[in-house]
Amino acid sequence: MTQSTGIEPSPPQSKSGFDVFWRLAEDIPKPLQTALMVTSIGLPLLLWWIVTTFGNVDPKFLPSPADVARAFGRLWSTRELLKDTVASLWRVGVGFLLAAICSIPVGVLMGSFPSIRALLEPLFGLMRYMPAPAFIPLLILYLGIGEEPKIMLIFIGVFFFNSLMVMDTVKFVPKDLIEATYTLGGDRLQTLLQVIFPYVLSGIIDACRINLAAAWQLVIVSELIAATEGLGRRISVAGRFLKTDEIFVGLIVIGVIGLVFDLLFQYLLRVSCHWASQKR
Amino acid sequence: MFLEINNLYKHFSTREGTLVVLKDINMGIKRGEFICAVGASGSGKSTLLRQIAGLDMPTSGEVKVDGERVTGPGPDRGMVFQHYTLYPWMNVQENTEFGLKLQGIGKKERREKASYYLNVVGLSKFARALPKELSGGMKQRVAIARALASEPKVLLMDEPFGALDVHTREAMHEFMLDLWARTHLTVFMITHDVEEAVFLSNRIYALGARPGTVRREIQIVLPERTHHVKRHSIFHDYRDELMDLLRGHGKEASEAAAVA
Repeated sequence: MTQSTGIEPSPPQSKSGFDVFWRLAEDIPKPLQTALMVTSIGLPLLLWWIVTTFGNVDPKFLPSPADVARAFGRLWSTRELLKDTVASLWRVGVGFLLAAICSIPVGVLMGSFPSIRALLEPLFGLMRYMPAPAFIPLLILYLGIGEEPKIMLIFIGVFFFNSLMVMDTVKFVPKDLIEATYTLGGDRLQTLLQVIFPYVLSGIIDACRINLAAAWQLVIVSELIAATEGLGRRISVAGRFLKTDEIFVGLIVIGVIGLVFDLLFQYLLRVSCHWASQKR
Repeated sequence: MFLEINNLYKHFSTREGTLVVLKDINMGIKRGEFICAVGASGSGKSTLLRQIAGLDMPTSGEVKVDGERVTGPGPDRGMVFQHYTLYPWMNVQENTEFGLKLQGIGKKERREKASYYLNVVGLSKFARALPKELSGGMKQRVAIARALASEPKVLLMDEPFGALDVHTREAMHEFMLDLWARTHLTVFMITHDVEEAVFLSNRIYALGARPGTVRREIQIVLPERTHHVKRHSIFHDYRDELMDLLRGHGKEASEAAAVA
């Protein structure tokens, strides 16, 4: 309920900065919010710069921001960084898309039909607690060391979680809304496609957003083990040669791409489901 | 009779055994009547409405609408729920059209019908608004327009004004009477609000609780249907009679609840 309407009850009139900062579950002034958000990124950067500039730290241990920027330029100019990024993005894209395509219908069916839920929930609940990286030895055994085991790893890591999360959003569709559809002449298929699905779309997008983060972590893990290119591979090679600056480049790129994914999904959610901003 | 309920029983099986929710319900409603069933909680009034809507099937007995036995939900029995059941991603126009769309009616016809009924409920100006932008009373008026767009034989209402504040509820009462007078609707409404029932109905079924039974059937004849009538002694007599009926059973109900 962030959409304020201008006629909210004003909080007790105490204007001190302390009270403003510690407002409980209430909007803070926009400038303060912006300042705090800039601080969130800026302060660690500043500390990093201070420590490496005045701290006499071995750059093999902690490179300075400038070192990292230079390493970034170096990796960028040789196109290695681009190649690594594309390789990782491709794996995550294929693996995640496959998992989403399979898990969304399965999750909707599990949420809609208690019979299908009873059939699949115990298995999925169990699989969910097996960490996907623990499947790596099996995947290598079954699928070799090419692209297939990496994509499969992402699939395993996303499919079960996403199915169960989609199922949960479907379970919370108000029963009245479904029954109202029946009284308007809707059959079960119409209700599923034209009422349940649109109602849970925002929840599905949100589940995908959360599980894409997991997929992005898994691709890095898969590349740490066996790969010829990829951001995970880049980090592990850099580690072997003690190129700490390149490790930092890899980490920062991974983080920034993940953040961009997240923002993209948030944007998608706002555009496709703006009705949902005040749901319930 | 236009809407008939014959020897209807409804049992639910629980862990403690069979629970009789509705016992031998018989009702007959003529075309164009405004009927309320009034009961305290535990009188099975919501369950009764669900049997008429076809959302649930009676254990024995039957419901007939215009001579046809009810076997499932359908748009010939429009329903307005207590909780808001508009589709939040559709605007008011789309919500009103949706039943017709489900029934496979063409775009032009459903647009015209929906617009007509939005006009009937006085919300033409809000056709493009989303449900979240409407007040509670407006949401229920859209829900009514949505049910009416299918031109149902009977309009079923499940405590439709229960969630509204007192002033909105009074406005909705006048709205309903006006709507009923203009459209010659057959309305079957359930409520626990005795004054609401007396003010709106031609006839009231007073339900007893645990199990739900028809305790009395009261014909309501009021000199006028405006708010002034609520100060009239006839209105008070009806109200007191019903309150006594419900209160007598309210006590038993609370004892039953204490035992359970």
